[in-house]
Amino acid sequence: MHTFKQQWLGNVRADLLAGIVVGLALIPEALAFAFIVGVDPRVALYASFTIAVITSFVGGRPGLISAATGAMALVLVSLMANHGLQYVLAATILTGIIQLILGSLGVANLMRFIPNSVMLGFVNALGIMIFITQMPYLLGSSMMTYIFAVVTLILVYAVPRFFTAIPAPLIAIVVMTTVALLSGVKLQTIGDLGTMPSSLPMFFLPDIPLNLETLKIILPYSLALSVVGLLESLLTSQVLDDMTATPSNKNREARGQGIANFITGFFGGMAGCALIGQSVINIKSGGRGRLSTLTAGVFLIFLIIVLGDVVVKIPMPVLAGVMIMVSMTTFNWGSFKFLRQAPKSESIVMLITVAIILYTHNLAIGVVIGVILSALFFVAKISRVTVTKNAGVYRIKGPLFFASTTKFIQSFDDTAEKEIIIDFGDSQLWDESAVGAIFKVKQKLEAKGTDVTIRGLNASSEILYKKLL
Amino acid sequence: MKIAVAVDGSENALRAAKHAVMLAQYLPGANLEIIYVQDYSKAKDERLLSQSPESLSLKREQKVQPILEYAREAGVNARSTMLKGNPSLEIIKYVNAEKIDKLVIGSRGLNAFQEMVLGSVSHKVLKHVDCPVTVVK
Repeated sequence: MHTFKQQWLGNVRADLLAGIVVGLALIPEALAFAFIVGVDPRVALYASFTIAVITSFVGGRPGLISAATGAMALVLVSLMANHGLQYVLAATILTGIIQLILGSLGVANLMRFIPNSVMLGFVNALGIMIFITQMPYLLGSSMMTYIFAVVTLILVYAVPRFFTAIPAPLIAIVVMTTVALLSGVKLQTIGDLGTMPSSLPMFFLPDIPLNLETLKIILPYSLALSVVGLLESLLTSQVLDDMTATPSNKNREARGQGIANFITGFFGGMAGCALIGQSVINIKSGGRGRLSTLTAGVFLIFLIIVLGDVVVKIPMPVLAGVMIMVSMTTFNWGSFKFLRQAPKSESIVMLITVAIILYTHNLAIGVVIGVILSALFFVAKISRVTVTKNAGVYRIKGPLFFASTTKFIQSFDDTAEKEIIIDFGDSQLWDESAVGAIFKVKQKLEAKGTDVTIRGLNASSEILYKKLL
Repeated sequence: MKIAVAVDGSENALRAAKHAVMLAQYLPGANLEIIYVQDYSKAKDERLLSQSPESLSLKREQKVQPILEYAREAGVNARSTMLKGNPSLEIIKYVNAEKIDKLVIGSRGLNAFQEMVLGSVSHKVLKHVDCPVTVVK
């Protein structure tokens, strides 16, 4: 009960203020993500509202900001293009169910198995993909479009040097929209994409046939959304744990993401997850408790309902400028240094993760293959066994298990001594294969008339050896 | 007499730290405080570039420990403090709250344009702390 009160009311004033800043920071990106998926802006704005509000109650990391995100938007692009909005909503609901189940099974404990090389590959591919989504819109368009995009970009980078109370993207949008309205230039606007919300989201069931055919269509998307959403949410939780030096319940966060997506689908919103950028803004602005996330969601929907008529006038190139900035901050520029300094296997995993994601346009496939690849590299690395021979003493260095026994056995192929000692002081026997290999070597050598002594087994190896032999 | 030095693992910070140790050696009874600020703006990238939360905290310690050791070998009474947030703001807040008598800080030696883009920590700190400051180039 104490922590409940602490998480909600421990930091009221700062949480309210930070929540307002985050609410403002959520708008530009929610609009742009709707643009990426090709849905009505309402779908992303409603999602951001419901996800933020729900996760503030059921999430595991106080202060974490979840809403519509670029990563989820990118997964949804082809589903929207091929099957339409109702399937996007159904996939969102199914994603919620899958995440809730995974969270209940303790999926967050698997996060330890995702190496940072894979996460680097994930964010870098994400940054590149967000950047690419803006290209067809900018390339080959009018001079005015370029000018607005470039000036927006300059504003979002220059403004924070002098003024940080209001998020720079929002300032850029307000300034550039005003300029566009006053100068009367002709540019595509948000209004051309669809209508703005004038009311709170309503509950309705997605209009889809409830059959196996539908499941076949949405399941692959829901699985991908689940992986991508959980990865980004748990990564963001870790960043916030580090920033605030407080722990958080990652499995509760996974379940919370599930509950939020499940409900959001019924309210006409697209799937979402934690936003790293906005969560960091929240902490920087002093937000710590659940109240900050709730405030962000409520303030967002309040602004949208009040300002809907103004929002439709925002020129699209301004939004594109904001998204280019988002792609630049998503990309990890330290990766180039990482490529030079990290072990080769980690660099390869990172590059392959990026390559697969860019090739398949599927963030989830890249992550899964990246994890498998790094696991294989790891096994290959630790299965290195060296045997040094010195006056009849064979010193084994490295763990002995199914992947390293071949090399171990081969080391005794040309043994000619009458009497040898095999020293396991620097080794560890892990499994049946290890004990089997030792037995095989002993048998072979004794058949040749060599006397074999085993020594230096550590306690757990000794137990395994005695048990199996 | 409380002397503080702000470090970030850079060459300039190391030079500043050595200067601070020298000052402390000449002042009998001086205590040296080594301040490191975990920059919130770098939180995401730092996490992504380290294997685990444990390796991240090790990396941070590696920026402070050698200086601490250097100071102690020089016979200076030293301790370290880890802060979190915006580096210049946190340094200012800490130095003023702890009534530090002397602050030593490194400077990256930025030109006017770089300073506009990157922002100078030493300039900002210089303006807002209550004690004398030495900026080491």
